Amino acid sequence: MTTSIELRADPAVQYLLRLGDACLILGQRLGEWCGHAPIVEEDIALANIALDLIGQARAVLTRAGQLEGRGHDEDQLAFLRDERDYLNPTLVELPRGDFAFTTLRNAMVATWLKLLWQRLQASGDAELAAIAGKAVKEARYHQQHAADWLVRLGDGTAESKRRCEAALAALWHYGAELFDDDAVDDAAAAAGLGPRSSELRDEWQAEMGEILGAAGLAMPAPVPFRSEGRRGRHSEHMGYILAELQHLQRAYPGGVW
Amino acid sequence: MTAAAPRVAEAWRVLRQVPDPEVPALSVCDLGIVREVSEAGDGALDVVLTPTYSGCPATEVIERSVLDAIDAAGLGPARATLRRAPAWTTDWISDDGRRKLRDYGIAPPGPVDAAATGAPLRLVRGAAHPAPIACPRCGSADTERLSAFGSTACKSLYRCRACREPFEHFKPI
Repeated sequence: MTTSIELRADPAVQYLLRLGDACLILGQRLGEWCGHAPIVEEDIALANIALDLIGQARAVLTRAGQLEGRGHDEDQLAFLRDERDYLNPTLVELPRGDFAFTTLRNAMVATWLKLLWQRLQASGDAELAAIAGKAVKEARYHQQHAADWLVRLGDGTAESKRRCEAALAALWHYGAELFDDDAVDDAAAAAGLGPRSSELRDEWQAEMGEILGAAGLAMPAPVPFRSEGRRGRHSEHMGYILAELQHLQRAYPGGVW
Repeated sequence: MTAAAPRVAEAWRVLRQVPDPEVPALSVCDLGIVREVSEAGDGALDVVLTPTYSGCPATEVIERSVLDAIDAAGLGPARATLRRAPAWTTDWISDDGRRKLRDYGIAPPGPVDAAATGAPLRLVRGAAHPAPIACPRCGSADTERLSAFGSTACKSLYRCRACREPFEHFKPI
């Protein structure tokens, strides 16, 4: 077993890991649909979206490693951390569920990422700004695609609507975590690295409200529940997805294509 | 191009023959992937490339084929660097590249303005695509989108209602 790497507790690195890990873990989840989507067009779509997300994760993790300054590269960061050192929101690690669940989660995450990438184009970190300039175009396309499907399913048959409502009941409260600030946000805002999490809340609510409205779905009321994946405290599902993600590098340390 | 840089001019000539691995009808120059070629102080050729999509699996293959082509032409040593900003856009595909795409059966991308930053979400069921995509085979604008994603990250899938042929569309980004 390759020893896990330990990271310096630097707020700029943590800010980037929250973003990079969100892309990495959702990319891994969406990859599970390959060969299993309800129609071939969606099989292709979900695999393509996963590929974009993994590409974004590679760029952001590479930058996180550079800022950390101990020579950790994208592969070490993706494969050799322990669970609590992954800082993705809990939302993206939840099992993929049915197609309505995956579609709703994609809409929630793509809307959030689009807004975040838009703001990060003005980051004081030139490399992060450059990554954002490319990723924002991809996130916009992902959001449109997820919105198309959500409208089609929500405004579809009784069964597709029932499944969308079940997905909303299961997922919506995991969205709140995306907009909670802490010391990492304060440091990022002070350093000009990127926006505080809370700065995106209103726009996200407005865009999700538009999508859900067009789909004939009611936005659930807020609840006090808070997931804490972005602080490293994950759901029971995280260990399993990491086992699959990390298996090859743990079993064959340093293995390359 | 200055007369002092025949090696750079020759490198551009060589690179215009390097095919894109996913769309071999086009060269990496037609696609606008090669941004700059210059001679560095240490005698190496610096080739600046830009990735198309964040997750495009062809990026590394392109880097290797660019360096191999320069070596094979005796113009090495060369280095390739990836530059992300400004982000690659389909507006950089040359007119010649667009013609080659159409001849190859892929509808070329329209101007990016329509899909530009801040374009609102389209939330009407069955809404028509804002700009109809002309069939690359028969030229008819009576076409429909079958799939938002295609065989590679850069394409979507269409069908022509006039000639009944399916075709790919290079997405404007």
